[in-house]
Amino acid sequence: MASHGIRDRVAIVGVGCTSFGEHWDKSADDLLIDATGQAAQSAGVRVEDIDAFWLGTFTSGFSGMTLSRPLRMANKPVTRVENMCATGSEALRNACYAVAAGAYDVVMAVGVEKLKDSGFSGNAPAFPPDDGTQPMLTAPARFSLLAPAYSHKYGVDEATLKEVFTRIAWKNHFNGARNPRAQFRSEVSMQTIASAPTVAGCLGIFDCSGVADGAAAAIVVRAEDAHRYTDKPLWVKAMSLVSGAASGAARPSYDYTTFDEVTSSAADAYAQAGVSNPRAELAMAEVHDCFTPTELVLMEDLGFSERGQAWKEVLAGTFDLDGELAVNPDGGLKSFGHPIGASGLRMLYECWLQLRREAPPERRVAAVERGRTLALTHNLGGSPGAAVSFVSIVGTEPSA
Amino acid sequence: MRGIVAYGGYVPRFRLQRAAIAAALGAAPIKGARSVASYDEDTTTMAVEAGRRAIATSSELPSTLYFATAAPAYLDKSNASAVHGGLGLDPHVGAYDVLGGVRSGVAAVRAALDAATIDDVAMAVLSDIRTGLPGSSDESQSADGAAALILGRGPGVIAELLGRGCSTTEFLDRWRAPGELASHLWEERFVEQAYAAPASSAVADALKMAGVDVSDIDHVIVSGLPTRAVRRVTTKLGASRHAIAADQVTGAIGNAGTAQSGLALAGVLDTADPGQLILQVTLADGADVLVWRTTDALATFAARRQQLISEQINAANCDLPYTKFLTWRGMLGQEPPRRPDPDRPAAPPSWRREAWKFGFVASRCSECGARQLPPARVCLECGCVDQMVPERLADTRGTIATFTVDHLSYTPSPPIVASVVDFDGGGRFPCELTDVDPAQVHVGTRVEMTFRRLYTAGGIHNYFWKARPVGIEEG
Repeated sequence: MASHGIRDRVAIVGVGCTSFGEHWDKSADDLLIDATGQAAQSAGVRVEDIDAFWLGTFTSGFSGMTLSRPLRMANKPVTRVENMCATGSEALRNACYAVAAGAYDVVMAVGVEKLKDSGFSGNAPAFPPDDGTQPMLTAPARFSLLAPAYSHKYGVDEATLKEVFTRIAWKNHFNGARNPRAQFRSEVSMQTIASAPTVAGCLGIFDCSGVADGAAAAIVVRAEDAHRYTDKPLWVKAMSLVSGAASGAARPSYDYTTFDEVTSSAADAYAQAGVSNPRAELAMAEVHDCFTPTELVLMEDLGFSERGQAWKEVLAGTFDLDGELAVNPDGGLKSFGHPIGASGLRMLYECWLQLRREAPPERRVAAVERGRTLALTHNLGGSPGAAVSFVSIVGTEPSA
Repeated sequence: MRGIVAYGGYVPRFRLQRAAIAAALGAAPIKGARSVASYDEDTTTMAVEAGRRAIATSSELPSTLYFATAAPAYLDKSNASAVHGGLGLDPHVGAYDVLGGVRSGVAAVRAALDAATIDDVAMAVLSDIRTGLPGSSDESQSADGAAALILGRGPGVIAELLGRGCSTTEFLDRWRAPGELASHLWEERFVEQAYAAPASSAVADALKMAGVDVSDIDHVIVSGLPTRAVRRVTTKLGASRHAIAADQVTGAIGNAGTAQSGLALAGVLDTADPGQLILQVTLADGADVLVWRTTDALATFAARRQQLISEQINAANCDLPYTKFLTWRGMLGQEPPRRPDPDRPAAPPSWRREAWKFGFVASRCSECGARQLPPARVCLECGCVDQMVPERLADTRGTIATFTVDHLSYTPSPPIVASVVDFDGGGRFPCELTDVDPAQVHVGTRVEMTFRRLYTAGGIHNYFWKARPVGIEEG
């Protein structure tokens, strides 16, 4: 088995991202037109100059025509991809490989989701007909399974763990309050977070990511062409995707305190990028904080913290904006919102702003100022025990 | 010798206090409580639970199954086939519905007895969910429950049939058109009088056939929904005072209609001694009488028995709010969560996985021994393909690895309590918990499996298994 990666062979030269939120006045078409237009403008190209497109959406459309129809774009290859909540990252991954393969010069990865038209609370996708024997748990319930297991394994009492989750939500709201594109743009007190109505297990409303509409896009070119478009491209250092065997839900050895798929995709990505100590080398990370326990566990799976220790690091502020390793400086899924197909590309959008020092001063990541040049995105689909995981690393400096 | 070779009863966990009804409706308080099938139970699921308990104590498996109820979950398609599936019976076992009237309970027992005369082991499963309009006597005095009798021949018989009598009369004492929530009743004084003659003639025939006198009878069970007629028939029998106090079930949980006589008989058999006579009278559209004599085999059977009816009666949740009862019975509509309705289970996948969905049959890898739930073709441990042997886990207990309470998901009775269950001997499955107080669930809680109706969508009842906490574990 080999995973060679395409380190520094392609570069991001333009990005776009709509604001995320309840866009009652915008359709998926509108969001796509806005995000693709922004990305093209950012790279200084016209949409019609782009050779090929990868469109990620979970439920907001079928086929490449979901993009080519609203853009009235004829004779262009558009591939619709879907990989649950990692859909946006999957669009980016395929777009990058197409360029690395030499098939195209300029491609776009774009993700969109229009969730708020359904009228339901949370996300309510349709699944293929089945025998009705799978438990009908909502996403917060499935991710809340992490909490009792973590508490049991590491001897962290429920009250302390709730404090940890509250701290994560509080931090991401703090960051989102400094982000004009975020769905929730106000700080929320820890007391408000902790006392919010319960959704599932120990998770309250504020432990859940925002259900949002939105779109995000990125333009990818060959590394050697990158400076034609921008002085400060982002080099793609690593991309790794793992689709799990979904055996955690069937195998007693899985203990619900980790995502094996994340550990595995992170190890692959670090190897591709030549990162040996992520906590010391990364400037920031955008991780899939769909629910607060997810972010806690991800800190350990991504190697930012020792096993069983992340809860202490969270309380100590290690992952705050001014902490040792800023996590979700844009507010994350929690505060920026989670339009499924767009989220992976939204993470990349924040890496673009932060590493190029274009983020608003009030949410700049301290480690970038200190000279670190690498950022990580982590995108997750599925649930504990049955997940797909994507990890990418991008940076502003080409390898020596 | 033919008769009962094994039996089992099922009393659902919930009790509705009659005082709770009275308090809500502003009526004078009434004593006692009735048993209530949970929101995820119906006559089919309770039949599976009673049938499991009977089969667990039986040395012989039935070759025919009769399922009786006055509250069938389906018309046109059989309900007995779902009971058959839930019990994991062989496809060669015939499974037939005996539906509609409360009298169908006796009909199933008679049919099974007749089958037992032709070298067959047959099972009669009696199940009912009874309700009535708020404030009615049917509502407060009825019960939900199920009972299963396995009838056969030979030395394994624990209660031999000595005699039977029957009298059929067409008259209106209670009736209900299909689809109606509650029954209509004629005046009880008329009903009492109308049952007198059929009862006395059927009793006389049965005692004569059995060759015994009523004064010899050790246990008398008179069942039937017409309370006043039951009382009169009981007192007119002339049996001993001790004998007529035999039914300890109806007083404790209410009248389970079609299943009442079976549950009462199970209760009597739980405590009877070998060589005792039981007179069983059932009043419904006439009278049916069976005379049984317990045998010496009852003593060895008692050693195999896992749970007494009285233990199920005592293992109750006694605090069911009246509003919840009304909601479960479809008489009090409540605002649903802002979530999509569940999809109906599709027929082809349900058919392909019948053994899993109805029988809770997992698979075990014959190469490495790993157990898989649901059954799989590719082993999750060693990766070998198509080396699986089926393994039914309905009677295997497990331990909770982690759990949650979902306040958002659709369920007929929020919230959903769900857990990841690790089964004794290997294998894991995430499933719903039922009959559960969320505050009592922990990592490490022991659970057993129970057959339930998850929800109904598109007119399809989604039957599957849930876990429920084990009360007290022996050993």
